[in-house]
Amino acid sequence: MNTRRYIRERFFPHLWCPGCGHGIVMSALVGAVDSLGLSQNEVVVISGIGCSSRMPGYLDFHTMHTLHGRALAFATGVKMGRPDLTVIVPMGDGDAAAIGGNHLIHAARRNLDLTAVVLNNRIYGMTGGQSSPTTPEGDRSTTAPYGVLDPSFDLVELARGAGASFVARSTTYHAQETRELLAAAIAHQGFSLVEVLSQCPTYYGRKNQGGDAVAMMKTFKQITAPAGSQRAAQDPGLITRGILVQEPRTEYCAAYGELVRELSGHEE
Amino acid sequence: MESRSLKEELSVLIDVDWCKGCGICVAFCPKQALSLDEHGKARWTGPEDCVRCGLCQMRCPDLAIELR
Ligand SMILES: Cc1ncc(C[n+]2csc(CCOP(=O)(O)OP(=O)(O)O)c2C)c(N)n1
Ligand code: SF4
Ligand code: SF4
Ligand code: SF4
Repeated sequence: MNTRRYIRERFFPHLWCPGCGHGIVMSALVGAVDSLGLSQNEVVVISGIGCSSRMPGYLDFHTMHTLHGRALAFATGVKMGRPDLTVIVPMGDGDAAAIGGNHLIHAARRNLDLTAVVLNNRIYGMTGGQSSPTTPEGDRSTTAPYGVLDPSFDLVELARGAGASFVARSTTYHAQETRELLAAAIAHQGFSLVEVLSQCPTYYGRKNQGGDAVAMMKTFKQITAPAGSQRAAQDPGLITRGILVQEPRTEYCAAYGELVRELSGHEE
Repeated sequence: MESRSLKEELSVLIDVDWCKGCGICVAFCPKQALSLDEHGKARWTGPEDCVRCGLCQMRCPDLAIELR
């Protein structure tokens, strides 16, 4: 695959720190789009604000860099106006689950055909390592020097509970799996969320003795297992990977289009 | 046979201007075919051991590696 076809080379080398997992997710996303044979003109990538949200700047699709936490709202507008386009929304865990938590649950509930990709580094990277809703209880951050007291969100369960019709999880260590899951999520008709555990060696790693990027990726390998595998069954403490929800139901644009046709009294 | 023809066709190309020396490709190459040079940049030092699996390209956070 010719990756460079899909990126804005003039902005490289990119601004992410050495070893930051976000670039691996971006690479997997480009691979997923390529594997689906989509043309660059049919893809829109919309983000909010954060290190992860820098992604659209580097990608040569239709792109929007909007407001922290609000990318799904902008994406809803784009998709409702142009249901023919493929809309992908890369988000940070803070972006998705803190300030943007309401947009996330309602986008999932509506089942609008969007693909949300949450790059979960369990911290606010861009602003200097504050806790996020996915920082594991007891872990340290700039705002929790003695460890976070709040229990963390499980993004997969959050999306499932809110009604997402496709939910998957992987990690940057499992780059090929991430690419395949992203392709399946984009192909899915309805709201899909893919959580990718991504390393922030600069803040999360440093604050939690996580080691460098390589060590953090090794940890992703150790603490996860494919859903349904023997390893996952033997150790319920492991984080499951793979497609975790896949329940087709009426897509919002389709229902809306039908209503419009009905009310305007003619069928197409 | 298959891998021999692949070996003839594909090279692991590293853009040293984009590489930030994180060492991910080196650590996870199944054949130890990569290493960091004295400037901290990744180099394809073992083309004869390389099986062209593409893992290095997939895991490079800087999109600095291409199999071509
Ligand atoms: C309305 C608003 N509130 C706060 C901020 C400051 N801010 C920028 S990015 C960010 C959080 C970044 O963390 P995350 O979304 O997890 O992404 P990461 O940088 O870790 O990829 C915050 C709080 C902002 N830009 N806008
Ligand atoms: S601060 Fe963390 S998330 Fe942001 S670019 Fe650096 S490593 Fe990546
Ligand atoms: S993974 Fe990429 S950025 Fe890191 S050392 Fe290898 S080529 Fe350089
Ligand atoms: S293609 Fe595979 S074997 Fe060759 S250098 Fe890359 S990771 Fe190593």
